[in-house]
Amino acid sequence: MMEFLTAHLLTLILFLPTVAALVLLFLPSTAVRALRWTALVTSLIPLGLSLLLWQRFNPGGELFQFVERAAWYPAIHSDYHLGVDGIALTMVILTTLLTPLAILASFNVQQGVKAYMILFLLLETGMLGVFMSLDLLLFFVFWEVGLVPMYFLIHQWGGEKRHYASLKFILFTMGGSLGLLLATQMIGVVTGTYDLPRLLQIWPGLTTPENNLFGLPLATVKTIAFWAFVIAFAVKVPVWPFHTWLPDAHTEAPTAGSMILAGVLLKLGAFGFIRLVLPLFPVESQLYAGWLAALACLAIILGGLGAFGQDDFKRLVAYSSINHMGFVVLGIATAALAGASLDGTIALNGAVLQMFNHGLYSAGMFFLVGVIYDRAHTRDLNAFGGLYALLPVYGSILIFVSMASLGLPGLNGFVSEFMVVRGAWPVFTLATALSMIGLFFTGAYTLKALWKVLHGPLNQNWKGHISEINGRELVVIAPLMVLMLVIGFWPAWIVDVINRAVGLWF
Amino acid sequence: MTFETLVWLIPLAPLVAFGLIVLFTHPRRGLSHWTALVGAGVSFLASMILFVRAITTEGLAENPMQVALNWLPTGNTWLKIGALIDPVSAVTLFFVAWTVLMIFIYSVGYHNFGQPVGDHDQPGLPPHGATLREKKGGSRRVPSVEPMYSRFFALISLFAFAMFFLVISDNLLSLYIGWEIMGFCSYMLIGFWYGKKSARDAAVKAFLTTRVGDVFMLLGIVGLYSATGTLNYRAALGDPAVLERLATTDSGVLGLSLAGLLGILLFIGTIGKSAQFPLHIWLPDAMEGPTPVSAMIHAATMVSAGVYLSIRIFPLVSAGWDGGTLTQAMQVMAFIGAFTALFSATIALVQPDIKRVLAYSTISQLGYMIAALGVGAYVAATFHLVTHAFFKALLFLGSGSVIHGMEHGVLHSREEIDPQNMFHMGGLRKKMPFTFWTFLIGGFALSGFPLVTAGFWSKDEILSGAFGGGNLAVFITLALAALLTAFYTMRQITLTFLGEPRSKAAEHAHESRPVMIVPLIVLAFFAVTAGWAGIPQKFPLLGGIIPNWFDEFVGSTLRGEALHTAESYLPLITSLVVSLGGLYLGWRVYRGVQKGHPDPLEKPLGFLYRVFYYKYGIDELYQAVLVKPAVWLAEVFTYRILDRLILDGIVDGIGKGAVWLGMVVRNYFDKPVVNGGGDGLSRGVRRSSEVLRLLQNGRVQYYMVLTLTMVVLAGALITVLFIQSGRLP
Repeated sequence: MMEFLTAHLLTLILFLPTVAALVLLFLPSTAVRALRWTALVTSLIPLGLSLLLWQRFNPGGELFQFVERAAWYPAIHSDYHLGVDGIALTMVILTTLLTPLAILASFNVQQGVKAYMILFLLLETGMLGVFMSLDLLLFFVFWEVGLVPMYFLIHQWGGEKRHYASLKFILFTMGGSLGLLLATQMIGVVTGTYDLPRLLQIWPGLTTPENNLFGLPLATVKTIAFWAFVIAFAVKVPVWPFHTWLPDAHTEAPTAGSMILAGVLLKLGAFGFIRLVLPLFPVESQLYAGWLAALACLAIILGGLGAFGQDDFKRLVAYSSINHMGFVVLGIATAALAGASLDGTIALNGAVLQMFNHGLYSAGMFFLVGVIYDRAHTRDLNAFGGLYALLPVYGSILIFVSMASLGLPGLNGFVSEFMVVRGAWPVFTLATALSMIGLFFTGAYTLKALWKVLHGPLNQNWKGHISEINGRELVVIAPLMVLMLVIGFWPAWIVDVINRAVGLWF
Repeated sequence: MTFETLVWLIPLAPLVAFGLIVLFTHPRRGLSHWTALVGAGVSFLASMILFVRAITTEGLAENPMQVALNWLPTGNTWLKIGALIDPVSAVTLFFVAWTVLMIFIYSVGYHNFGQPVGDHDQPGLPPHGATLREKKGGSRRVPSVEPMYSRFFALISLFAFAMFFLVISDNLLSLYIGWEIMGFCSYMLIGFWYGKKSARDAAVKAFLTTRVGDVFMLLGIVGLYSATGTLNYRAALGDPAVLERLATTDSGVLGLSLAGLLGILLFIGTIGKSAQFPLHIWLPDAMEGPTPVSAMIHAATMVSAGVYLSIRIFPLVSAGWDGGTLTQAMQVMAFIGAFTALFSATIALVQPDIKRVLAYSTISQLGYMIAALGVGAYVAATFHLVTHAFFKALLFLGSGSVIHGMEHGVLHSREEIDPQNMFHMGGLRKKMPFTFWTFLIGGFALSGFPLVTAGFWSKDEILSGAFGGGNLAVFITLALAALLTAFYTMRQITLTFLGEPRSKAAEHAHESRPVMIVPLIVLAFFAVTAGWAGIPQKFPLLGGIIPNWFDEFVGSTLRGEALHTAESYLPLITSLVVSLGGLYLGWRVYRGVQKGHPDPLEKPLGFLYRVFYYKYGIDELYQAVLVKPAVWLAEVFTYRILDRLILDGIVDGIGKGAVWLGMVVRNYFDKPVVNGGGDGLSRGVRRSSEVLRLLQNGRVQYYMVLTLTMVVLAGALITVLFIQSGRLP
């Protein structure tokens, strides 16, 4: 039993949610309680297994661990090939942690509970597959698998403008996927393999292609593949100016959908950069790193300004993701230019940690927005005011999570921002200095939200009409808060794992 | 106990208290304040033990007490953070521990512990008082307990943690952590009565103004870290070879050396935190917080932290300075400091609010310290930091006691007056004797009353340092500021305590409870005696009776720097003249102010009075040139124009283009082909009309077609690729 578990740990984590989705399929759709609890309990198993994974993972060991491999599509040399390094491991933990929390946060969903829960579980498999895949085609398949459930979640359970938002979401991401598919196929055809570890060895230095592609010179193929990847991932992160789908999708998605969207789906793009773009295209990455840094800087500044300009609480939080993910991209750009130097290492460490951290606090923020929306049925910041007097517990939690997202030292956001800024400063001094404008506005928009919701004279309309955060909701937010505090206070346990992985990659 | 235990105990005790209050004890007021007091008490004891150990250790500067832990892995090495007790942190720890403990005790009384719950008090607003029914019938109004009593103690405990953590830190990163957590606490505490619009706005203003400084400071920190590979004070700022390298490397910015650039970036952090011009605007508004908070933020801790940072980075700022011409970074400091000292003293001259006078006076005194650092008077700046912390905490707590007394009077008289306006006070010396005498001591210390007060010795040393270094402009500016300081201090004392009461409330004011008075007495003690630790050796008559311990102890931190003490008596005479002269003038001008009289300065100063009164219009200026454009940039430019109009316009344009393509395909290909069929004819027409109707429904549907088109294109591409490579089975 134990042996089987160890040998197939990744497969188990990956497909247990799918199995759970199948189980739900056979439950009657009227048994709402059973559906909810089954979804929650079954989503806790992958979490438990990933903690086991974390515990058994050897940071000082090989790059990819828990590798599993089976023939999948022999005709085109594509295998079912899984494995995790320290970076993917961190993301796996994030995904398996956020999914049960999102499911628990969705216990108040009343319409179509069965379909909703099934979609969530399928979404988890899709996301996990991207992080675990060591085969390019498999990577692409899971990438697409993760896309579809989110489309339906927004489209069926979203807010007023859900049709527009869901289509915009699918359009943008499909556009990106097209690039991903193109690049994947080009690489597959030219090299005759989709195996990632092998590609990492041969692709960057490839001079004589295995197969010819329309007689195109190899350099052209590489350039096209590079840009196709970059656009696919840039849309997902999102890098400015491919970001306008995000505020709409995040705002219209149901609360738990926003949690996963901001918490995990955005990380897929950044993960793609780290996993595929940087190692496969070191030369091109280095060449265009400056542009990427410039776009990151713009995302930081304009994301911050965009958030500051909102009057819709959820939209404000959505824009904050652009601002925060900008630091991830800045870190990646630094690593692209500086490579294995100390600056590059620190910046990439910071970028990965920022991905994890943003997963925690953005999910937390969206959840808290959802909590107040459930009660007030409005997200208009100007409709609130002085609620701290009525909701002391909720208010304090909101301040806590806001401060984590603002980058208050002592909480998690600061550590990763500090690392990115430290790494980027000697490499992109000007971009780093300018991104401080964005960091200033991070403070401005965070305080604006607190100012409008909690502080000031009490808006008497809410007296007696708004209730304090309840027990279920506390259970959702508490684990996130604990992690924010622990990482802020003592980041070594997680950064050490990331740091060693980064060291092995470059 | 070992050094490690003691030094970690100092910040952790209040942190634990914070956690306990938040999680467990908050429903019970007494338990909460005891938890906070025990936390602060433990820190106090540990600090005193370490202080005694520090001053009895030979050669502490060369071999400080320290401990460090691996905190963050960076490539093959670790970023360590740890604790360090050297002379500078030892003396800072001393005054921080004392003032913090006193403020904690005082807060129990200030927030009316033991008083009844107010009639209509609600969280987020200051207590309004309670009505007590008496046995004989009738009722009287009494102060009511603060509705968020426990929260206050939780927050000041967190604040104490951050300050202690900052002081014991051995590196700039953990200093920054403490620095920012303090900033957060000050935000929460200034906005403690968040239900008041003014308090809410002041809190946001404080946080954002200091954040301007903080983001520059962050750049300075990462810059220093990049340049030296460490943030440890001793490794990065105590190594002459490293400093030499930084001082001789060109930064490429404005002709500054790397040391100069990093020094200035870090110093901008101080400008924000210590409320120096041009980032001083938050501090006066921060008076919206409860008075103990003002004392904590404006005296003992947070604003001192800014100067403390500047003291720490002094080696960097002065790198390459040989005692002659000041480095560029030092010039910046000297200018900002001296200008702020004079500038805010002029504003303090005309403020009617007792706490605002003190706020501007704080800005001015911090300017003194910064100017002192700028001219290289390192020890004098540290000395003034210590003495100022004691007497300014004393003055703030004293003013709190006055306000408390006045509020009591207001409750009694039911007048509609501002209990903080000094023109409604007068004659309080008889009603509040303890407050009066301690306030007098604090005020005289602030004015630099000769010989007996601590402020005299530290201020004299700064003037002497400025004069001795040949920085006459700084010397004159500071001397002028000192004159104004003495003047507005005496104005404050005269208006508040002397003469006759100018309102019913002042007539009925009464002395505060012992729990508030005892801290005043303790602080008054230090406001006098702290100065004796640093009497210059060469001072006429008194010099040498008590050894100049402070100079030796703190001065040893900085090896080999030239310390100027003037040979001339001119600075001494100047400080005597300005302090006594200012005090006398203040008393002369304000002793006769009657009820309803305007400020006697209003006429003679004329236009200048209005300039001072309206604080040079800087708030309005910032509102117009910075805040409004920023809001426009965010709401209109970034969101509406850039994202909504341009970027979404492009996206929607692509969508429309795709729809047009779809229409073309349908009208000129699908329709003829489908229509050609027999049965398919009617079905085709119906289907296409359905689709067309959908298309006209809204742009959302248009995307569907594009999506389909893309899938078709992608499929085609894949097929082609596979055929090309000959892989299709």
